[in-house]
Amino acid sequence: MLEINKHQISPLHLLNTRVKIIFTLVFILCVSLSPIGTWPAYILFLTLILSGIILSWLSLKLLMIRSLLSLPLVLAALPLLFTGPEPYQQLIISDQIKLLISQPGFERFISIAVKSWLSILAAILLSSTTRFEELLSAFRKLGLPRILVAILSLMWRYLSLMIDEAKSLSRARDSRSAGQSNKGTLAWRAGVTGKMVGNLLLRSLERSERVYAAMAVRGYSGEPLYRISNSLTKTDYWIMAGGIILCLMILVFATISQ
Amino acid sequence: MLSGKLFMHIPDGFMSIPVSIVLWVVSVIVIGIALRKTNKQLGEKEIPLMGILSAAIFAGQMLNFSVTGGTSGHLLGAALATILLGPWAAILVMTSVVSIQALVFQDGGLIALGANLFNMAVVGVFVSYAVITFINKIINNEKAALFSSSVVAAWFSIFIASLGCALELALSGTSPANIAVPTMASIHALIGVGEALITLGAVSFVYAARKDLLKIGAANKATHKGILIGGGLITLTLVVLSPLASSHPDGLEWVAEKQGFLSVAQDSIYNLIPDYVMPGLNNEAVATILAGIIGAVVVFVLAVGVARTSKKISS
Repeated sequence: MLEINKHQISPLHLLNTRVKIIFTLVFILCVSLSPIGTWPAYILFLTLILSGIILSWLSLKLLMIRSLLSLPLVLAALPLLFTGPEPYQQLIISDQIKLLISQPGFERFISIAVKSWLSILAAILLSSTTRFEELLSAFRKLGLPRILVAILSLMWRYLSLMIDEAKSLSRARDSRSAGQSNKGTLAWRAGVTGKMVGNLLLRSLERSERVYAAMAVRGYSGEPLYRISNSLTKTDYWIMAGGIILCLMILVFATISQ
Repeated sequence: MLSGKLFMHIPDGFMSIPVSIVLWVVSVIVIGIALRKTNKQLGEKEIPLMGILSAAIFAGQMLNFSVTGGTSGHLLGAALATILLGPWAAILVMTSVVSIQALVFQDGGLIALGANLFNMAVVGVFVSYAVITFINKIINNEKAALFSSSVVAAWFSIFIASLGCALELALSGTSPANIAVPTMASIHALIGVGEALITLGAVSFVYAARKDLLKIGAANKATHKGILIGGGLITLTLVVLSPLASSHPDGLEWVAEKQGFLSVAQDSIYNLIPDYVMPGLNNEAVATILAGIIGAVVVFVLAVGVARTSKKISS
């Protein structure tokens, strides 16, 4: 789950990480800045990100499934349908129930959903074509403080281990309650979960002491460990400039065609 | 599946850019202070500690209990981290957790990360710390203070953060305040109960097994006036502002639309090229179709190109 498709090598996997990060941020920024209801621009943005997906040789199907998984929060914008300004469209469900749907509200809702989907696609593309360690060292180069990078890189290194521990705790609970997840009172169930979390935290604290001891033995003196990221070549700059200009062009197009 | 995590991690596209920028700036400043403080206070040993503890909080969020009918409750962890580590280190731990969720798992957007950090790392920890300190002042019994403060801090950290989240969405024009605030508040009043019970369970477990660890947080008590004041102010502001905003949604919307963050940026570009009409693209339908065609062609050509090169490579 964590390292989905990371073994592949495509032009996009090999591209300098800083270029990818900056492009992704600019892309999401431009998508967010394009006005509501500029559908042609959304299509062009989609084209851009689809081109990236094709260049990454990733499975389009997997990416789509993953991107749709993160969309339920769109519901937060649903009230816009009914609270938006006039004109209203009448939606007749039955004789008694008639819904007044605001047309601008509807446009806004769909726009927000599309924009957020485009942004998620870009974020997935970044995270599934880049190893997390490389992401971190690129962020370090971009100015993220040393300690934060160190904490994040250690967190990443132990994340799958801690997830495994959490899973084994859950398995232990399930096997003791014979699959009856609704046993006991709610407070009791929550309390049990809390004790499992406490257990997990204690294990992690003890582990961190062992890890520190091991690191100290190997010469750790407070200086964090991370990879050095590749420096930018001339081609990287050209690619980055090209990507940014494309995004900006679509944004300008969106703004003036509004 | 619908749990607190989903509602609190705002994706990209939901937040107007000015709101995002302001929250980014606030979060960066607070995290910067937290980095400086912990750097001074803690030794080299604490970096592995915080890294692994962040991983544990992340994993702990996956432990859930069934509430009813397929919904489940789980931990966010801001209050728990504050109790275990003290406020500044807790901010760093929550920052790491929220950032990795956004970067790797797309739980929350990248541009919206500033807002998510603000809600979960800054507000969550500040509010927890203010509540913990307040309860420690009024209850003298150490054990009673610990347990009651973990319950109350956990609930408040969730509830107040959700108010912040709702107001941010309202300010961005994504969700009207008179609906977003009561909905978010009532959902998170319930989620907060789950958080409180889990935090209580975790703290009582640690208390029973390794009482000495809880001293770390206790030793830091009352040395962080800034957080105390900040936490108190955030709580008061949001508690007062939310009902106001939801009873006068037009006021808030007026701010969002007129002061109008987004539209300011658009108007300035728009004014640069007044009456500009792209040749043949003045009609929106035509433009949409054209964009669709251009897009399809670009993607198709690219796909064929990639397929050819990969075939060449494999042969």
